[in-house]
Amino acid sequence: MRTMRTEERSQLAEPPNDAGAARRRRPRPRDDRRAAWLFLVPALAGFVIFYGYPTVRGVWYSLTDYNLLSDPTFVGGDNYAQIVRDPQFWHSLGVTGYYVVINIGSQMLLGLLLAALMHRLTRSVALRAMLLLPWLVPNVTVGLLWIWLLDADLGFVNHLLKALGLGTVGFFVSPDWAMPTIGLVNTWAYTGYTALLLYAGMLQIPPHLYESAALDGAGELRMFRSVTLPMLRPVLALVLVVSLIGSFQIFDTVAVAAGGRGASSAIRVIYYFIYQQAFQYFHMGYASAAALLLALILGVLTVVQLRLLRASRSDLA
Amino acid sequence: MRRIGTLAAWAMLALALVLTLFPFYWMVRTALTPAADLYADSGALFPSNPTLVNFQRILGLTTQEEARAAGGSGARIDFARYLLNSVVYSGLIATLQTFFCAMAGYAFARLRFPGREVVFGIVIAALMVPPIFTLLPNFVLVKNLDWVNTFAGMVAPSILMTPFAVFFLRQFFLSIPRDVEEAARLDGNGAWGVFWRIVLPMSRGPLITIGLTTTVWAWKDYLWPLLVGREEQTRVLTVALGVFLQQSPNTRPDWTGLMAGSTLSVLPVLILLIFLGRRLVQSLNFSGIK
Repeated sequence: MRTMRTEERSQLAEPPNDAGAARRRRPRPRDDRRAAWLFLVPALAGFVIFYGYPTVRGVWYSLTDYNLLSDPTFVGGDNYAQIVRDPQFWHSLGVTGYYVVINIGSQMLLGLLLAALMHRLTRSVALRAMLLLPWLVPNVTVGLLWIWLLDADLGFVNHLLKALGLGTVGFFVSPDWAMPTIGLVNTWAYTGYTALLLYAGMLQIPPHLYESAALDGAGELRMFRSVTLPMLRPVLALVLVVSLIGSFQIFDTVAVAAGGRGASSAIRVIYYFIYQQAFQYFHMGYASAAALLLALILGVLTVVQLRLLRASRSDLA
Repeated sequence: MRRIGTLAAWAMLALALVLTLFPFYWMVRTALTPAADLYADSGALFPSNPTLVNFQRILGLTTQEEARAAGGSGARIDFARYLLNSVVYSGLIATLQTFFCAMAGYAFARLRFPGREVVFGIVIAALMVPPIFTLLPNFVLVKNLDWVNTFAGMVAPSILMTPFAVFFLRQFFLSIPRDVEEAARLDGNGAWGVFWRIVLPMSRGPLITIGLTTTVWAWKDYLWPLLVGREEQTRVLTVALGVFLQQSPNTRPDWTGLMAGSTLSVLPVLILLIFLGRRLVQSLNFSGIK
């Protein structure tokens, strides 16, 4: 199943003159076996040691009571049985879902708006570069910046709220506000990046579609609805899934907001839950089981992504 | 009517730009404010008494007493070292990973050997495993090797390959016309000669693209360096900023120092953006998604 998919992909990407080249080569079949393995040694060593082996180890840990100190003992499905009954696990999944909805919802909408504005107004590289800046900055820095801007006493935003006659808000400290705040802070950090991806997709749309729509008397909003959105659908779906996968793995901003005290339950997302289980309580087995369940969720999303990738290629390439 | 619409559209774009850039302005503004003015200036657009002392004290250019007088907590911080560590960390990972992935990508694209598709399929399947899952056993491995708080432990999991970079570069190599390589072969070049003298120079664009994205990724990296590189000698900027925040008192965080440190974490990517912005911006499309 998996290999089939790669074969299909390689056929897609093969240049058209390949069949001819293959015919010319036929008389002198070459075998690069020795050279090939030398080319592959570093990458394959890295793959086996840091991807393959730990994947197997991770599954094994999830079936043990490993605690980093003593040797792991096999406990079968105990970790899983425990985890599905662990309210903290479900709570952290719920908190993550809440974050993802706020973050992805706002980020996609604003990114789409920004991309459409750029697409219809300007090709400026400088503008795009400036919009990309927040994406280049570490999430830790982004977190710090906004904790300061949103500080309940001295933060600039609360000064603004006061000037407008509104009350101040403890954005990062109030349990009701903390998670939406982190979601919107990351929207700030990633909207420019999302917009640039969508903008690149919009550039693929043939300009004559807009010209004929304009001849038919369509306004900008109508063009957006009848030309941009339908033509962009494959790219939009792909960007959505990639953003979803990234969003599920929120950790840095939460860790910074949590500071030395540890995250309050209002912001304890699934990555933070796993991190705490593994490195604060040393429940390596339990943490591995939770990570495996998360991997399953993300795996489904990745399969969707790979399918969309193929769909978008054949539609627009 | 149409003109009003265009104006409104430009206004929205301008607003987006202001919202994007203002937090950075506020960061620099705060970093240039003396700690004594933090409260008085907290709503001011310009610092009343601009100073570089916050940068000097977090870079370890002042004495402990001077640092404490300027608002520091007195704990030892040396952002010059963290900055250097971050540069080494992302530089090492970006160059070596790009090079090794180019080698592997070329083998998967062009060299003929039994099992090629199967091995490639297995490597690509690793794209489906989220980082947190391999992170736990990788931490155990690095710990057992006694590599915690060494650069070896920090970079080991990333310098040899990532499945995405192998996939990305292979796709590019597949698109190079074969004729050039065949001609070089007939001139007596071996596989390595073709790769080194013909293919790599032809692939500068994609190599820079993947190198840049890897640099940015490593620059932003937090969780892994937090786990294996917490100590002074391997501490990178992101970890240092987290530690800095935790060390400063909860009731009165050292915001002027924190914003000076944040500025240091933004400057290098800003320079990168100024010099390579065009390439970075143009390489962002849906085939280059990481």
